[in-house]
Amino acid sequence: MRYLPKSPADRQAMLKAIGLRSVDDLFAPIPAEYRLSRELNIPRQMAESEIVDFFRQRSRENGDGYTSFLGAGAYFHYRPVIIDSLISRGEFLTAYTPYQAEISQGTLQSIFEFQTMICELTGMEVANASMYDGSTAAAEGVMMAVRLTGRRSVVVARSLHPEYREVLATYATHQGMPLTVAGFNDDGRVNLKEVEKAITPETACVLIQSPNFFGTIEDVAAIADIAHKHGAMLVVSIAEAVSLGIVEPPRQADVITMEAQSFGVPLGFGGPYCGVIATQEKYVRQMPGRLVGQTVDKQGKRGFVLTLATREQHIRREKATSNICTNQALVALMVNIFMTVYGKVGLKELAKQNLAKTAYAASQFAKHGKVLFGSTPRFNEFVVQTSEGPYAINGRLLGHKMVGGLPLKKFYPELGNAALWCCTELTTRSAIDTAAGLVAESERSVRSSKVEDVEEVTR
Amino acid sequence: MKHRTRKATRHVNQNEGLIFEKSSPGKAAWKLPPLDVPEVDSAALLGSAERKDLGNMPEVSEIEIIRHFTRMSTWNYAIDLGIYPLGSCTMKYNPRVNEAVARVEGIANGHPYQPEKISQGALQIIKTLSEQLIEITGMDAITLQPAAGAHGEMTGLLMVRAYHQSKGNARKKILIPDSAHGTNPATAAMVNYAVENLKSDLRGMVDIQALAAQMNEDVAALMLTNPNTLGVFEQDIHKIADILHAKGGLLYMDGANMNALVGKVRPGDFGVDVMHLNLHKTFSTPHGGGGPGSGPVAIKKALEPFLPTPVLTKKADGTLGFDYSRPQSVGRVRAFYGNFGMFVRALAYIQANGPDGLRQTTEDAVLNANYIRKGLEGTYDLPYSTPTMHEVVFSDKTQLKKGVRTMDIAKRLIDYGFHPYTTAFPLIVPGALMIEPTESESKEEMDLFIEAMKSIAGEVEEDPQTVLGAPHSTRVSRLDETAAARKPVLRWKPQD
Repeated sequence: MRYLPKSPADRQAMLKAIGLRSVDDLFAPIPAEYRLSRELNIPRQMAESEIVDFFRQRSRENGDGYTSFLGAGAYFHYRPVIIDSLISRGEFLTAYTPYQAEISQGTLQSIFEFQTMICELTGMEVANASMYDGSTAAAEGVMMAVRLTGRRSVVVARSLHPEYREVLATYATHQGMPLTVAGFNDDGRVNLKEVEKAITPETACVLIQSPNFFGTIEDVAAIADIAHKHGAMLVVSIAEAVSLGIVEPPRQADVITMEAQSFGVPLGFGGPYCGVIATQEKYVRQMPGRLVGQTVDKQGKRGFVLTLATREQHIRREKATSNICTNQALVALMVNIFMTVYGKVGLKELAKQNLAKTAYAASQFAKHGKVLFGSTPRFNEFVVQTSEGPYAINGRLLGHKMVGGLPLKKFYPELGNAALWCCTELTTRSAIDTAAGLVAESERSVRSSKVEDVEEVTR
Repeated sequence: MKHRTRKATRHVNQNEGLIFEKSSPGKAAWKLPPLDVPEVDSAALLGSAERKDLGNMPEVSEIEIIRHFTRMSTWNYAIDLGIYPLGSCTMKYNPRVNEAVARVEGIANGHPYQPEKISQGALQIIKTLSEQLIEITGMDAITLQPAAGAHGEMTGLLMVRAYHQSKGNARKKILIPDSAHGTNPATAAMVNYAVENLKSDLRGMVDIQALAAQMNEDVAALMLTNPNTLGVFEQDIHKIADILHAKGGLLYMDGANMNALVGKVRPGDFGVDVMHLNLHKTFSTPHGGGGPGSGPVAIKKALEPFLPTPVLTKKADGTLGFDYSRPQSVGRVRAFYGNFGMFVRALAYIQANGPDGLRQTTEDAVLNANYIRKGLEGTYDLPYSTPTMHEVVFSDKTQLKKGVRTMDIAKRLIDYGFHPYTTAFPLIVPGALMIEPTESESKEEMDLFIEAMKSIAGEVEEDPQTVLGAPHSTRVSRLDETAAARKPVLRWKPQD
């Protein structure tokens, strides 16, 4: 086996040194009746070339070469080449959690910079070293508010990513955290009256997303006012990190939870991604996950360490703030490099291109289909309502090697034949025109078939 | 005794400040193509939601970024540099073909919501890995959704709870041995189970009498790590399973130490009902400085209705798809389908090994741990003489007489060019040195490690101050962790 660095002679010499005759003696502690007396029933060893062939084949069966208008919590942005160059360095790729600070300063300083940039972008005072993803970060953010307020119930916006809502429901079930859902208005924003009505003296927090699942930017200040008036916290989830380049961050929030996948992390069929929690300094001791802090060594030289570990499971066990043990360090490093590459000016320009492409696309779609929530500011997603079902339209788009917007019937049946479309800086005008053209064709054919139906009846 | 550092030689490495300290207006590492659609007035579009300023985000050039991160990388120790014997962490070689195949276009850029019809490649990868992990564990079904080991524990206990609930009583508590990882009790608390400690016997194994006495109809499950954190296989495993099952309880296995078992014995065959795997340990996906992980949960048939949604299924037309209609499911634990990129890497690892390679891997991992045990026995105190599987736990009892603790020895190892072992865990061994070499180490590398450990033991006797002040050769000496926690500085700020 090519990964194993021992010759048969080495193994013999080692067995002899230990005082054993055969390798089977090493497994004697396992009761014989449980020891496997056969080889595992899996395919034979494959050569590297065969492995590469296998995955190339799977890649061809996996949408390779399609242009996509999908977003909905996972975004296709350009990834600068140096991200993979740098994260492929073995010292980053094959290091463990930086418990031994003296020989982990590379990872530690990089996380410190990550925490700083997340603070700058979110307007919060502290950020952790990353969470599993945006959905679990949102659930952990809510649990943090529960600990901080000593209250247990949660008001959740229906315009929060539906799968984030499902994850929160799973986490909440056994922690005695009742969830109430607040709907959205015709403008695509959270219904403030419903929020106000749902809040009780037992409400720990209101959880919203902005830009929300429909791409619409929420009136965060108004929701914060309502929550705070009743002693509840506001937790804001951000699923599209690139929005922070041009959209004012939800500074009124008490906790911001985020999915940073947009910052240089491949779509990768849904993961691994990079969750983040950011908050105000006074809440840091209730924050889950790892934190890196600055300190000095014995000579007074600046260095970085994992800190505030007393919140964590390996010290606190069942009294920990969370059971979380790993973070997403390597993915956070991708995010860090992406933020460094674009920086203060580039992130803004990048976000502006997303805004422009989306504004153009929405205007093209609006000529034929109905673009919902059109009057409210949005970032890079929009909902298009069509006469024909979106699956049928998307089926035709597939013929042009294009993936249309996400049909919303499964999540929001009340929106009818609606789909969530997304444009990024990588979406071309010609792709937008082709897709809008197909939607137009669909509308025309539905209209003419309706006319025919009517004629048939009258005849 | 003069210490010898055969493994490493000191050499110059570069200094590097924080990226913010290199920033100045007008530098840039990015270039966007010209817009092919009309420009927009963002103030008009966004109104008061428009962001004006990005604060202290850096402005630097590409070469500066390359140097910045490359310089920092050289301050890290890594598996690529040598043995990384952190007990319970299974720091094994991360094959590079794994990285290559994870970056193939259709795999790296597949969107989680693209139609199933054009996702057959990804779904086939999930199906193939699932089937192979089921065969490796001897279980009946699996979910790959959990993002890490602790997340897998939570998912597993949610299924345990749902299983008991379906029988009319969710039960109240989880039994956890005192040698367990801290995630176990933390997870039980998240699923609203009380935690009851189970003490270990003199062999370092579950005390069967204590288990029988503590087991009753309030106990939902026992969370057992096997081999446990002492590297000891629970020889009475069949009795343990019987005691639990007789009272309707379930046996949960923390698969953190599965590297001692693959291809030699299957948890499903010795009575385990639920278990999680750590793809980043046993199946070679990179730790990357602390993640991403991936924590699939394998289960017996009786728990299948409770799997998180969605569940992969073969449809009537023979294609693969997801089943979202699972009325008894515990729900979702993560958006989308889990850390798919890690599935790709784990599958590539299994393919490269095949059945004989996986078995040989396990044999070598256990051989290496026993070789280190033999090499250091007598030099360091061995609190449990029970046979060792994949890791060995010593204590600092002998060295403590000179005032030297496990952490000091660990820090001194750094000067010898090694990453330390796990310190001060498991909790049942005061001053533990927990050493897991994995199969990735050659005899030469382990001989160097043993030599260094012996040399340090000699120093403890002759010159304990050298050990107590270690490390002496790193770019920073021991850092003031107390100050870091007392007045946390968690971000850079510009100096006024």
